[in-house]
Amino acid sequence: MLVQFFQRTHDSLLLLGKSKEAEIKRINKELANIRSKFKGDKALDGYSKKKYVCKLLFIFLLGHDIDFGHMEAVNLLSSNRYTEKQIGYLFISVLVNSNSELIRLINNAIKNDLASRNPTFMGLALHCIASVGSREMAEAFAGEIPKVLVAGDTMDSVKQSAALCLLRLYRTSPDLVPMGDWTSRVVHLLNDQHLGVVTAATSLITTLAQKNPEEFKTSVSLAVSRLSRIVTSASTDLQDYTYYFVPAPWLSVKLLRLLQCYPPPEDPAVRGRLTECLETILNKAQEPPKSKKVQHSNAKNAVLFEAISLIIHHDSEPNLLVRACNQLGQFLQHRETNLRYLALESMCTLASSEFSHEAVKTHIETVINALKTERDVSVRQRAVDLLYAMCDRSNAPQIVAEMLSYLETADYSIREEIVLKVAILAEKYAVDYTWYVDTILNLIRIAGDYVSEEVWYRVIQIVINRDDVQGYAAKTVFEALQAPACHENLVKVGGYILGEFGNLIAGDPRSSPLIQFNLLHSKFHLCSVPTRALLLSTYIKFVNLFPEVKPTIQDVLRSDSQLRNADVELQQRAVEYLRLSTVASTDILATVLEEMPPFPERESSILAKLKKKKGPSTVTDLEDTKRERSVDVNGGPEPAPASTSAMSTPSPSADLLGLGAAPPAPAGPPPSSGGGGLLVDVFSDSASVVAPLAPGSEDNFARFVCKNNGVLFENQLLQIGLKSEFRQNLGRMFIFYGNKTSTQFLNFTPTLICSDDLQPNLNLQTKPVDPTVEGGAQVQQVVNIECVSDFTEAPVLNIQFRYGGTFQNVSVQLPITLNKFFQPTEMASQDFFQRWKQLSNPQQEVQNIFKAKHPMDTEVTKAKIIGFGSALLEEVDPNPANFVGAGIIHTKTTQIGCLLRLEPNLQAQMYRLTLRTSKEAVSQRLCELLSAQF
Amino acid sequence: MRLKRLGELCKRREGLEIRFILIQNRAGKTRLAKWYMQFDDDEKQKLIEEVHAVVTVRDAKHTNFVEFRNFKIIYRRYAGLYFCICVDVNDNNLAYLEAIHNFVEVLNEYFHNVCELDLVFNFYKVYTVVDEMFLAGEIRETSQTKVLKQLLMLQSLE
Repeated sequence: MLVQFFQRTHDSLLLLGKSKEAEIKRINKELANIRSKFKGDKALDGYSKKKYVCKLLFIFLLGHDIDFGHMEAVNLLSSNRYTEKQIGYLFISVLVNSNSELIRLINNAIKNDLASRNPTFMGLALHCIASVGSREMAEAFAGEIPKVLVAGDTMDSVKQSAALCLLRLYRTSPDLVPMGDWTSRVVHLLNDQHLGVVTAATSLITTLAQKNPEEFKTSVSLAVSRLSRIVTSASTDLQDYTYYFVPAPWLSVKLLRLLQCYPPPEDPAVRGRLTECLETILNKAQEPPKSKKVQHSNAKNAVLFEAISLIIHHDSEPNLLVRACNQLGQFLQHRETNLRYLALESMCTLASSEFSHEAVKTHIETVINALKTERDVSVRQRAVDLLYAMCDRSNAPQIVAEMLSYLETADYSIREEIVLKVAILAEKYAVDYTWYVDTILNLIRIAGDYVSEEVWYRVIQIVINRDDVQGYAAKTVFEALQAPACHENLVKVGGYILGEFGNLIAGDPRSSPLIQFNLLHSKFHLCSVPTRALLLSTYIKFVNLFPEVKPTIQDVLRSDSQLRNADVELQQRAVEYLRLSTVASTDILATVLEEMPPFPERESSILAKLKKKKGPSTVTDLEDTKRERSVDVNGGPEPAPASTSAMSTPSPSADLLGLGAAPPAPAGPPPSSGGGGLLVDVFSDSASVVAPLAPGSEDNFARFVCKNNGVLFENQLLQIGLKSEFRQNLGRMFIFYGNKTSTQFLNFTPTLICSDDLQPNLNLQTKPVDPTVEGGAQVQQVVNIECVSDFTEAPVLNIQFRYGGTFQNVSVQLPITLNKFFQPTEMASQDFFQRWKQLSNPQQEVQNIFKAKHPMDTEVTKAKIIGFGSALLEEVDPNPANFVGAGIIHTKTTQIGCLLRLEPNLQAQMYRLTLRTSKEAVSQRLCELLSAQF
Repeated sequence: MRLKRLGELCKRREGLEIRFILIQNRAGKTRLAKWYMQFDDDEKQKLIEEVHAVVTVRDAKHTNFVEFRNFKIIYRRYAGLYFCICVDVNDNNLAYLEAIHNFVEVLNEYFHNVCELDLVFNFYKVYTVVDEMFLAGEIRETSQTKVLKQLLMLQSLE
């Protein structure tokens, strides 16, 4: 009868075509009819009531609003006929509203049914609670349902419903579900004969155990033994619960999930049994399939993937982790797309386990192939994720190159994420920062629109903080800008970098100041306002860097399109910069437009962005913390990017006695950002012990030989910045200690230590700083320096403080070097060689032949010699490829004339450096210091 | 605003569970919607449209999984009908994929070769089947024999 009505309605809708109007007309007629029946004088019998309520439901499900019939539905709940009750409950479940009057009536009916001892009615009532799950219902039944659940005489099917009903109430109103005796009895449902009951109970226990792990601890051994019985059963043992020859796949999955609420079992017997289960599951994956049906393999693999999740969760059995990885490796080439997808996804987490990271890496070619050939974008996305997760120093160049080439054709939806990932990997694993700069410029070229501000800000920060890459960066952006059409982001990066470091390439006539300016200005009119504003700042910096282009730039600033620009910001910049260039003296210009100071190192803003994009609890976080853990495993000298684990790593070469003896080693590969020398030693607890200098600090030290300002040291707690000036034999150094945390540093004591050899030659004077450094605050310490006589060693700065409960102890070499007391001396070719000959005594000359450690760039070399402190003498050496310099070292007792000559051999990538001074020790020291710079 | 709400709900809940089950035809007509989270009617309508949009563009070479807001949809197509289950991103894809198939086999047995119209005209029975197999967003019963036995028992009461 009902079916006929629906059929009629449906047919008539079909017959009437898609006319919405006709449908509404037909429905309204029916609604009017039902309304009149409900309001009629004659009381409706149960059957009619059910019929009309059901019609209302049908109409509602067709997409029409229903605003009456609730009362009739509630009336049906108290019927004794199943069909009437069922329609009543269905109406309530689908069309519930929080009309308090009705809720009271509904709850009353539910209460009666729960007490009816009729399993069918109890089931309907429980399903209604589980569907609605409102707070009112929790208040009314949260105390009652546990009793139903654990009562001895409750039917199995009612137990199943009661368990899940309770779960629903616990999710909506955990405060209303009282824990009590019933919890232990619920745990024992894992042993129930009826696997349906176990299935429902496992869900309930899992959710409860997440919140109250202690209370449900006993579930672990019960779950293990239940799981063990299932996985070892023959495929026919479980009869009803065997699905395509797989015994109880869903229950197995749920039990494995429950076990993921806990660490590996402590009891060795339980643990052994669980390991056996997991091995059995892995073994079964290798057995020939019992059926060709996809249902068989899906059910089997559902269990397998959940087992692998548990293995990863425990992260304690290397053997199982590697086996899991091999199994997933097979799936990577499976013909089922689903399996390839899931294998990529699952491997992503395996990549972050120290035990399986290497095993995952062996699949790199397959994953790269997936990136190129998979048809489903979501599979390619997983391949990108996996490449990102398996990336380390050994394979970074290959992975970054593959991601870049994929980016050319990547789906628009995932481009931005790939850009972020490439940028992070390039920074994290850059051994050679020229590679980093190339990679980022490639990113901009390939996917400029998807390169967010964070990415291009970051490349500028890094170039500014790393002077070994500045010349290369300037040259590279200059070349990239020559492309006829380049992305606006490139113009921004190019403008900024040339404005800071254009001077490093200005010596080459192909990139003379005027050519640089014209190149940038040719892009100006095509750019948006913010970019144009940036370019105007570049121009004024050019005025400072290159006085020869000042008139050209002033002309541009003076033009109407600038001075009268409709945009306020542009107009203001043009006016101010023009004025500045006209009135300011060279000195003032140089001060105002000084090179940007290094940026403080914080967590990479790009990483922050990726995390934000991915949500707080995704692979990225996990992967990051794990990656740090695996540093030792990978062997390579990994940088410590914002790591927390590095804090607890004791310095491997804790040689306290060798403290002062560390000579400034030749600059090796530059430490990655934020790396610096990590010297925190949390294990030494005695305040009198000075922390050893850790490897890496020499690199930072070497960077200060040719410059005076920058970040000397940084870890996750503390940043030390320097600013210093020297004149003749005197100097002054400002040390800035920045507390990067939000917590106070207590007993903060920096100490300057000069060895016995150094003490008579170098006078350092300073005042103690405030022992408390507030979170986020920076304190400054001034050191007055006097050079009494020439010296070789460097003083050590030791800092001790308390952070939280731990004692921190950091030592760094303070970059006060002999060359700081250089005064440049200009001289003509003739004078130079005359003096050169005068210093021909073998004790006066020191020579060093060494391999270039940085790109051999003329402009960079010049800048370094000037930074070293000597005058750079042009047109002195008959060979124009050579560099010569001269200067005087001022000490309190004497002045020492120094001549130097640097001969590059481009073909062999070698240098020969010769130092001649009147004192052997000075020649020796200066030669050491300068050799480390190239 | 709706988007945000869903996101918040996702964060608040830690348990893994089905968020909703949808059966839609290719034209986007809903043949069954079972919600395990509180949504208002507008939200429900929006979700229904979005699921239809993401699922129907995929072909047989694609996976049976698709990311959906902060969740994922596990789906399988049977003739003109899409059976979709929305779960947490960490949940077991294949377990739910086969749960769908298990459900479809029960429907097929119960309605003797089920077709779209069976679901339309017997909607109140379909809800009963769903409740037997899935409750409170969890898998309740997986044995086809047990479910069918219970369904036949209930039918005998009509």
